[in-house]
Amino acid sequence: MERDAIAVEVRGVRKAFDEQPVLDGVDLSVRRGETMVILGGSGSGKSTLLRCIIGLEPPDEGSVSIDGIDPYAASWSQLEQLRRRIGVAFQGGALFGSMTVAENIELPIAEFTRVPPATRRIIARIKLGMVGLEDAMDRRPAELSGGMIKRAALARALALDPSIVFFDEPSAGLDPVTAAGLDRLLVQLKRAFDATLVVVTHELASAFKIADRMALMHEGQFLVTATPEVIRKSEDPIVRRFLDRAPPEAGDSAQKFEKFLDDLEV
Amino acid sequence: MLASISARAGRAALSFLAETGAVWRLATVSLARFLRGPFQRRGVRLRSTIEQIVRAGHSSLPLVGLICFLAGMIMALQSAYQLNKMGAVDLVADLVAISITRELAPLLTAIIVTGRFGSAVTAELGTMKVSQEIDALTVMGLEPISFLVVPRLVALAISLPCLTIFADLIGIAGGMSVATLVLEMGVAGYLAKTVEALALQDIYTGLVKAFVFALIIGLICCQRGLATRGGAEEVGRSTTISVVRSIALIVGADLFVTALFYLRG
Repeated sequence: MERDAIAVEVRGVRKAFDEQPVLDGVDLSVRRGETMVILGGSGSGKSTLLRCIIGLEPPDEGSVSIDGIDPYAASWSQLEQLRRRIGVAFQGGALFGSMTVAENIELPIAEFTRVPPATRRIIARIKLGMVGLEDAMDRRPAELSGGMIKRAALARALALDPSIVFFDEPSAGLDPVTAAGLDRLLVQLKRAFDATLVVVTHELASAFKIADRMALMHEGQFLVTATPEVIRKSEDPIVRRFLDRAPPEAGDSAQKFEKFLDDLEV
Repeated sequence: MLASISARAGRAALSFLAETGAVWRLATVSLARFLRGPFQRRGVRLRSTIEQIVRAGHSSLPLVGLICFLAGMIMALQSAYQLNKMGAVDLVADLVAISITRELAPLLTAIIVTGRFGSAVTAELGTMKVSQEIDALTVMGLEPISFLVVPRLVALAISLPCLTIFADLIGIAGGMSVATLVLEMGVAGYLAKTVEALALQDIYTGLVKAFVFALIIGLICCQRGLATRGGAEEVGRSTTISVVRSIALIVGADLFVTALFYLRG
């Protein structure tokens, strides 16, 4: 497929929970083969956007398409095709606790292919080898450390050799050394697979290391979508505040408190 | 004051309707997946269903046995106390046999299975929900209802009637132990009286109840598990809610089925 083709397209997506808007008209295009990092603070709506893209949270308005297929309007067979082509590594790993690490990776292979069990095990070993976990094959997720769980989740996401991989918060909850190791692994794997990678994170260091392009999210909208170099030089005050890790102005919380008191009608 | 009470009542009514709708939806989708299963590749989860039968049925055997044996003994003693006054102690066998097969065995078994298996199902599915395992299944194209709910429902629908037959036998044995040891009736006589008293309808009334109870436990516990949001505390809350609701509905359904059989005669 052509390199400049669009792998993921999001158009005017809006989503609200209990009438509180979380996504407020989001547009995003991810090109085939690039690593797009969706960056934003806690509560900015980035995880909700990821859920909307991968078909878990239907948007209230707007459209989503992955490889030209809208997961919310696709036929059963299109959806089946789509699911074989994407891999998702969830924030907490979401490994199945009742299975061993190897069984977790074998599950999608068993469901979608006719590969015999012995071969499935070999594939699981190869995938775990790629993330440096071949020794943990027969361990249960509960026996793994945070970093190992993230790597195992990545190995499961790669089980069917997907062309698009989504990764939610790869470095959240990890120590800096483990997080840096995971970033390097992502870059290496992306090169090896030539896959499109969409990573949601709030970690600046990690984002700048892996991104081809970044989209900075703030209060349910993208402030800017550009290469890391452009973002680094941005003069936009909110972008600067995020990049310089400046806490919100003291005035903001004082005003909020005053408003809170007003609302109480005291 | 009045406004706040009516607002609370309104909210409770809305949430009741929403939950009832969710259970009904789960029931219809599960039935559709169950019927479609044999015509789809990997549509029938045989291994998983057998695992759940072992969990729901086999693992509950000792407790069902113990409770129903004791219930049989209690029934025999209580009825002997009353029947003695009328000089009709030999009717103990009839009373125990009918009350165990029609009522106590299916009811007690269902309550035990709710506590042992139903609560575990809610906790398991709830934990899977809050740790995003359900999302992971969905994204992989493994529908949680086919993958998790249908095997549990089928397992309950098979194991609860089987457990009830076991409970019938053990309950009657409990009654017989009291009759022979305390009331000085003979084993052969007691068994003959039991067989004479029981009609086939008594057994299948109990089995129909067990099947209905199995669906109640499965649907309520799976629905509550899948509806869990938040963290560990919510899993605990969901588990409590599912057990309380299942037991209340089981007793309600018991009355309904009993009335239905009574009206049919």
